Amino acid sequence: MNRFDYVRPHTVAEAIAAAAMPGSAYLAAGTNLLDLMKIGAARPARLVDLNYLSGLDAIEQLPDGGVRIGARVRNADLAHDAAFRRQFPAVCEALLSGASAQLRNVATVGGNLLQRTRCAYFQDTASACNRRAPGSGCDARGGENRLHAVLGWSEGCIATHPSDFCVPLVALGAVVEIEGPAGARAIPLQDFHLLPGETPERESVLTPGELVVAVRLPPEAAGFAAQSRYVKLRERTSYAFAVVSAAAGLRIENGRITEARLALGGVAAKPWRAEAAEAALAGAAPGAAAFRHAAELALAGARPSGDNAFKIELAQRIAIRALTLAAAGTPDRLPALPASPFAPIPGGLHG
Amino acid sequence: MAEVLHMRHGSNAGQPITRRDGVLKVTGQARYAADNHPPDMLHAVLAGSRIARGRVVSMDIEAAQAHPGVVAVMAPGNRPPLALHPDDKSVPFSFCLDLLQDDRVRYAGQPIAVVIAETLEAATEGAALLAARYEAEPVEVTLDAEEVFVPQAVGVGDPGEFWHGDVEGGLAAAARRLEATYETPQQFHNAMEPHSVVAAWDGDALSLDMPTQGLALTQMRLAALFGIRAEGIHIRSPFLGGGFGSKLLTGPQVLGILAAKLVGRPVKLVLRRDQMYGPVTHRAPTRQRLRIGATEDGALTAIHHHVRTAVSRFDEFFEPAAGISRTLYAAPAIAITNEAVRLDTGTPGFMRAPGLASGSIALESAIDELAQACAMDPLEFRLRNYAEVEPVSGRSFSSKALRECYAEGAARFGWAGRPLESRQMRDENGLLVGWGVGTATFPAHMFQAAARAVLRRDGTGLVETGAHDMGQGAWTVFAQIAADSLGLDVEQVEFRAGSSDLPDAGIAGGSGHTATAGSAIQAAGEQVIARLTELALTDPRSPLFGAGNVGVVPRKGRLVRWDDENRGESFADILARAGVAEIEGHGSGAADTAMAERYAMQAHGAVFAEVKVDPDLGQIRATRLVGAFAAGRIINPRLVRSQYYGGMIWGVSFALHERAVLDPRTGRVMNADLGEYHVPVNADVPSLEAILVEEDDPHVNALGIKGVGEIGITGTAGAIANAVWHATGIRVRHFPIGIERMLREARAPGTAG
Ligand SMILES: Cc1cc2nc3c(=O)[nH]c(=O)nc-3n(C[C@H](O)[C@H](O)[C@H](O)COP(=O)(O)OP(=O)(O)OC[C@H]3O[C@@H](n4cnc5c(N)ncnc54)[C@H](O)[C@@H]3O)c2cc1C
Ligand code: SF4
Repeated sequence: MNRFDYVRPHTVAEAIAAAAMPGSAYLAAGTNLLDLMKIGAARPARLVDLNYLSGLDAIEQLPDGGVRIGARVRNADLAHDAAFRRQFPAVCEALLSGASAQLRNVATVGGNLLQRTRCAYFQDTASACNRRAPGSGCDARGGENRLHAVLGWSEGCIATHPSDFCVPLVALGAVVEIEGPAGARAIPLQDFHLLPGETPERESVLTPGELVVAVRLPPEAAGFAAQSRYVKLRERTSYAFAVVSAAAGLRIENGRITEARLALGGVAAKPWRAEAAEAALAGAAPGAAAFRHAAELALAGARPSGDNAFKIELAQRIAIRALTLAAAGTPDRLPALPASPFAPIPGGLHG
Repeated sequence: MAEVLHMRHGSNAGQPITRRDGVLKVTGQARYAADNHPPDMLHAVLAGSRIARGRVVSMDIEAAQAHPGVVAVMAPGNRPPLALHPDDKSVPFSFCLDLLQDDRVRYAGQPIAVVIAETLEAATEGAALLAARYEAEPVEVTLDAEEVFVPQAVGVGDPGEFWHGDVEGGLAAAARRLEATYETPQQFHNAMEPHSVVAAWDGDALSLDMPTQGLALTQMRLAALFGIRAEGIHIRSPFLGGGFGSKLLTGPQVLGILAAKLVGRPVKLVLRRDQMYGPVTHRAPTRQRLRIGATEDGALTAIHHHVRTAVSRFDEFFEPAAGISRTLYAAPAIAITNEAVRLDTGTPGFMRAPGLASGSIALESAIDELAQACAMDPLEFRLRNYAEVEPVSGRSFSSKALRECYAEGAARFGWAGRPLESRQMRDENGLLVGWGVGTATFPAHMFQAAARAVLRRDGTGLVETGAHDMGQGAWTVFAQIAADSLGLDVEQVEFRAGSSDLPDAGIAGGSGHTATAGSAIQAAGEQVIARLTELALTDPRSPLFGAGNVGVVPRKGRLVRWDDENRGESFADILARAGVAEIEGHGSGAADTAMAERYAMQAHGAVFAEVKVDPDLGQIRATRLVGAFAAGRIINPRLVRSQYYGGMIWGVSFALHERAVLDPRTGRVMNADLGEYHVPVNADVPSLEAILVEEDDPHVNALGIKGVGEIGITGTAGAIANAVWHATGIRVRHFPIGIERMLREARAPGTAG
């Protein structure tokens, strides 16, 4: 039977102490964790409820120009924070393209980072899944895997990380602040999620008891505010996870890209930063040729993990679209359909 | 556009009044089955099979039983006896049931045990503790199954094979020919309200709160299963949170009734959302091959519509997808053939617009493709092949205002000037824009219904029939008909429905409920008025005495002379003087078989769709839908429009979103929740218009009513598919059309699989 402890710490120190017990899980809004518990895909021995903690709920402007977002800040509150939106419009666009308004109103920053894959076999406890039950196998191989990974997957697991929020964050070099039994540390988001390899059950660098306390955006990240976008392709206009998505940020001076950021979502077990593409874009003239070349570089190592070869081409196209939109400039207001191909396209498409 | 159609003096019918149950619903007072908690009630939770074929080898019943709060575990070993085997289909209109008769498993999600407990939580945990072990056998869940057979009949008694004219000759002679295969997926009803029951036994008497689309049918089925009198079963079903055909037949709720029997206490059983993808029927998948031909100038020479569909291993229901080709277009030669495979799934059944939804998207796509081959505008092509009479029988239509639907819909949509070629239109953002049209149709079915009407001493009316409100507006529409039948305002009529102790209203299905139960109500009211008239005309003290030859009519609570409406008297006065407390009338409704033989009876419509498609990314969005429908007399335009909107949104779903994903190895539905089983959200349906085209049908029934509940899906799904082609030049024949199929088809046309 799934009996579990439930503790309600009031301070970070209490939380970490409580979570030191093996099998503990932090409970934020529970929009993911509680669903998984109900269907038996998650069976924590102890729930450490973060909802009664003091703190971790502020959006702080740092003296160096960066921003520090508490792990308990609600997705909607962050997306609607006026100052934050001016600095990081693509992050807001990504947040607002995720889930539904009701879910965003409660879902937290920490929970969004650590949400689990939507692989149907992970959720179905009658299926073999190395991520849920190490060593049991992977029923997604040879099953329904149209939306599975094309980058960074292993024979053991081909799942993707579903977050939208993480895609622009990783592009912008966000840093995850962690506190745990052994003290505090900060890890670039890019290194935070782990590729499956031989141990798909290890999804992040967090060790038992470690708590995400904040996500920090470095000062230079705001330098992309004028030219950054997030685009998300999905099977209905809203309330669906990404088939593929991309976040792009550009700094353009005198008709040349001085610095570029590009990350892809829905392609791997982590938000996928495309550094080779970024490097190739630096110094190039913004335009179709440069963007296509960058997109090809971004997907250079891609291979289908099942019936999903189409995603490789699609991921290239979404990368090109994100770069094209970024080059056209961040719109004054976020579109009514954030991140959607049906949002207004400055300058229109050509074809 | 006029809001009020068929408006007559003193007429409630035709008025767009709001739902009579609206306030109850928006204030949460409408009591659905699962809202009932009789004293002493226990909760039951189903345990469903995780394999699709094989045997349950063991269950840890002791562990479940030992869980605090668990009262009983019902399994094949201790399930109370039934008078009929669950697979016995001697009761008309019944399907094989899975009522814990043995350890066999025949589809994923099949009930294998029921845990009954003091709380829902304890029952849920008990069900998990059963930890069933299985002996699994290999499964087949795709249309590619090897053993193919030809069903004798499809749908409800339609012939499995039908030939009219020289089809091969027609195809051979055609100047333009199309042969194409279209594929539709398995779909689930997903009504908002899951199947539920609150059951209480008192000796042999059974009291049930349970949503059903057929009270009397359910009563009869349960009586036979339990070997008890139908009259001893009282079912209350005042509101359904949608049914779409899945609540027509008695299914897993029987297990809740059995559980109540086992424990001797009232029991509530509510299916979880994921359990709505197993034992409650579904729309079967189809693979449809259309072979059609036309002359150079676009006259059809032949249509051959061949369907492969799927059925469960243990029962019969064959999606009648090709039937639409018999009535829709005037081809001199028409053939319909069917074949089927048996799969390890639950038995498919009726799902909103059965047969027609799936058949329509294929036929409308094929017609469009042939129009394109003839270089004709698709609307012109449809008009060129307009069926003036039913093509296969030569019978006249009882009425058919389809031409007007095409014209009014096209005008409102702005169809004129549509470029013939694909990929010609773009919006201000550079997205591809396409326009498509589809013809909608649905037969005017009638079943059997009875009603009782009473004129009370105070001049108000009471009308009763066991009608079903699934959200379509039965509470309101029947009250309107009742009021007209009695010559009263709708406020003066008390209308009772939704309970099995009322006269049998037949079924809410086949879009025939309003026509059938409405006819019964009309007849009951007319009988009351006839009796009242007799009282007045034979009473020398009445101002209407002797008015027999000119005739009298009921008007707003008074009986008045035809020739002079100022001469008359109130109902209450007539009753009072005659010393009669109330007058009762009975009526029935059913198809007039002579008329039904003489005429083809169909509602029709034309749907125009605009879609936008991202040229690089392939994401599709329907941006504008205009439907014009002719379905005889419209009782309540507001509610009818809602039905059309709902149908059209379902058409969007059919074309672009909806499909169950079955794992071919295990037969389990891998997207059994509303997060992953996609239906359109608001952002997928930005603009909808439904035009109610006037149609006067003197033959279909006395009220002139055809059905409106299902037709909206037909036509719409095809119109969207056609618009996607028009936008992109890409013809996807595998539904739903999604990003992936667009991309595959763009790369290698004709191979999207
Ligand atoms: C129907 C549906 C649709 C959705 N669609 C989208 C979508 O389109 N795009 C998208 O990006 N997301 C989508 N989501 C996912 C949603 O964003 C996540 O459920 C949500 O962000 C999780 O946040 P939470 O606070 O509820 O986390 P919880 O459910 O409470 O926790 C999730 C995980 O994070 C861990 N955790 C939480 N906080 C911390 C912390 N501070 N430190 C360490 N571990 C922590 C928990 O232990 C748990 O493992 C959808 C969800 C649903 C249910
Ligand atoms: S892809 Fe990963 S998450 Fe999905 S079943 Fe395989 S191991 Fe599990």
